Amino acid sequence: MRFLIPAALLVVLLVFLGIGLTRDPREVPSPLVGKPAPAFDLALLGEPQRYTQDDLKGRPVLVNFWASWCAGCRVEHPLLVKLAGEGVEIIGMDYKDTDEAARQWLQRHGNPYRRVVLDAQGTAGLDWGVYGVPETFVLDANGTIVYKQIGPMTEQAWTEKIRPLLQGQKS
Amino acid sequence: MIPEIGHFLLIVALGVAVLQFLVPSWGVWKRDARAMAVGQSAAQVQFALVFLSYLCLTWAFVQKDFSVTYVAANSHSDLPLIYRISAVWGAHEGSLLLWMLMLSGWTGAVSVFNRRLPADITATTLAVLGAISIGFLSFMLLTSNPFDRHFPVPADGKDLNPLLQDPGLIIHPPMLYMGYVGFSVAFAFAIAALVSGRLDGAWARWTRPWTTTAWLFLTMGITLGSWWAYHELGWGGWWFWDPVENASFMPWLVGTALIHSLAVTEKRGLLKSWTVLLAIIAFSLSLLGTFLVRSGVLVSVHAFATDPARGVYILGFLAVVLGSAFSLYAWRAPKLKSEGDLAFFSREGLLLLNNVFLVVAAAAVFLGTLYPLFVDALGMGKISVGPPYFNAVFIPLTAPLAVVLGLGMAVGWKRAKFKEVVRQLRWPAALAVVLAIVLPFLWVDGNSFAVFGGVLLGCWVLLTSVHDLWGRVRAKRSLLNGLSSVPRSVWGMTMAHIGLGVWVLGVAFVSLYSVERDVRLAPGESAELHGYQYFLRGVEPVRGPNYDADRGTVEVTRDGTSITILHPEKRLYRAQQSVMTEAAVDESPIRDLYVALGEPFDNGDWSLRMYYKPAMQLVWWGGFIMFFGGILAASDRRYRLAKLAQAPVEADGKVSA
Repeated sequence: MRFLIPAALLVVLLVFLGIGLTRDPREVPSPLVGKPAPAFDLALLGEPQRYTQDDLKGRPVLVNFWASWCAGCRVEHPLLVKLAGEGVEIIGMDYKDTDEAARQWLQRHGNPYRRVVLDAQGTAGLDWGVYGVPETFVLDANGTIVYKQIGPMTEQAWTEKIRPLLQGQKS
Repeated sequence: MIPEIGHFLLIVALGVAVLQFLVPSWGVWKRDARAMAVGQSAAQVQFALVFLSYLCLTWAFVQKDFSVTYVAANSHSDLPLIYRISAVWGAHEGSLLLWMLMLSGWTGAVSVFNRRLPADITATTLAVLGAISIGFLSFMLLTSNPFDRHFPVPADGKDLNPLLQDPGLIIHPPMLYMGYVGFSVAFAFAIAALVSGRLDGAWARWTRPWTTTAWLFLTMGITLGSWWAYHELGWGGWWFWDPVENASFMPWLVGTALIHSLAVTEKRGLLKSWTVLLAIIAFSLSLLGTFLVRSGVLVSVHAFATDPARGVYILGFLAVVLGSAFSLYAWRAPKLKSEGDLAFFSREGLLLLNNVFLVVAAAAVFLGTLYPLFVDALGMGKISVGPPYFNAVFIPLTAPLAVVLGLGMAVGWKRAKFKEVVRQLRWPAALAVVLAIVLPFLWVDGNSFAVFGGVLLGCWVLLTSVHDLWGRVRAKRSLLNGLSSVPRSVWGMTMAHIGLGVWVLGVAFVSLYSVERDVRLAPGESAELHGYQYFLRGVEPVRGPNYDADRGTVEVTRDGTSITILHPEKRLYRAQQSVMTEAAVDESPIRDLYVALGEPFDNGDWSLRMYYKPAMQLVWWGGFIMFFGGILAASDRRYRLAKLAQAPVEADGKVSA
């Protein structure tokens, strides 16, 4: 009987891999899509005033959860810088990070963010349902979440999904 | 025309693979010697076809034939020739062709070198390899044809991913694939043993050099990959526990276990079904690695462009190949009888213990890698598992391994006396403790519990390996006589273990005593890190073949004397408009001085990231030494002697381990 164990384990593994194939690890599982952005009230990096979900309203924005300790954030960073250069407004949510590390990181790699919100405790991340950085939320002008990108932002996700969404917003 | 020829050759190769699978299988079933012999010629013809097809794709790259979709997506007219040749395996389709080239190469080698094996074993082995070929060739032809054309032909290519434009990346994938694919030979031998029901010392002796060869390539591949990440990713790390890295590390761990359990099977006729199982698992993990990398089920920094249709195909292939292998195992393995008893305190007992640790470590990596997928499949959300998990689980599992390794070499086969072993090893052990106290002070100017532990384990492995070798040499009349009497397989084992010891030392120092600093410097200014002064002499624009770069000149001095001049670069690759960091490293066995160029400021200042990394080189050296150990072990003359191939197991345990 014990010689059957490997075969049984293989069957279990194959089932899981099969289910895994039907899902895109970067896809939206967020129940927040279609809902207003969760509330927060946090300090900003290098600016005295505080920042809340209301400040996200009035125009479409990208809300990007990142951290100086996150490898995937380095991967997407050049793209974010490029998008910011094209006039896309990106709000950075600095997740479970220190001010100093964040400042140095931005100095080193360039700053694509209009504002950097300090979520040092990760409380906003919890409310927003962040599983791991980087994650990027797309908000429309009413402050409603219309899309969520899990993992690094990609050229493909930008041109195929997010830009059409934002253009839809403007027209 | 050339790409069409390449495509056509692949189709013919598929036909030959079908023959290579069916005819010898039928021959084994009917005991028809002529049908069994077809396997050999089919294997060699298939290798020739795939090799020519591979040359066709290389030709398309060299000639910049952008009408081929794959070439256009991964090359550019400004791309230097060496990268146009290596761009063949720069993305999915070409990597598969390289994989196929390796597989047919291994198969061809089996058909040439295994002439002395019983005909039915060779035939079954080649049939199994043929079946694997069928899977990969049809996968390539159905979902990932590298020779597809597209119209209109673009004026220029999209360029090779800049991350891959690095000397390390030229040889890293071929080495890695040689390792991955090489385990298919051990797998095929295991199936042949199950089918024929003959699993004895001779079988283990046929399988050993093949397994060791696959293992040494995998070792080199992983080492080069780590070396590449260190130089190219610009954040000073060398291992990230990324799913793609883990995909290569799991077969390595199981392959290492397999090498050791094969030794037990050869010498003592024990652990037979376990050895066969390891051979199947090592190859399963290689296939699983392919699946994980190609199907996009996991998010990875390294991920190639992925496509669900490919995932479905590989999953089906996995199910067929591994399903039949494990079913065959469940049916036939109970008949494999061990030829004796296993005493715990004996070399085979400790090797079994080593196997348990290695396999559990592989299982831990497996669990960490696939856990996000399991959780997602069960609908419990999405999570990611990071380095904290792997470090917490992996280190406690591998530390005892190092202890057992040192003991194992001093313990004889069958049965040993604990007291005798303790007496033998008391000096190496004492010396290891002294070194663990003293060495960190000399090397990194400090000591701590963690680094003491790491250095102790590293020195223990090194000293017991040297002690074991010395014991063999001392038994002979003279030093020269002694050294020349040591067989290559023992040199190989000793080298591989020394490599591990060196690697452990490197890891202990570099992970615990690295220093980093980020600074903002104007040209002419300097900053200090760990006793070294870094002067930024200036940053000049440089024009490369397909990129524009800012090239920094950083002079490093210590106590007023110049140590080195480093040139870190920040490159903008023109075709893809992507920025790459080229770190500059001054390397020495004692420490690496590592500088990466950050961002410029408006007033001409630059941000710089500097690292002081003690003993970083030892991590690569460890890998290289293991690689050479593998070469020595695999080329031992007893594997090449014709008459030995059929001889019964020798009783002398000192010949090898």
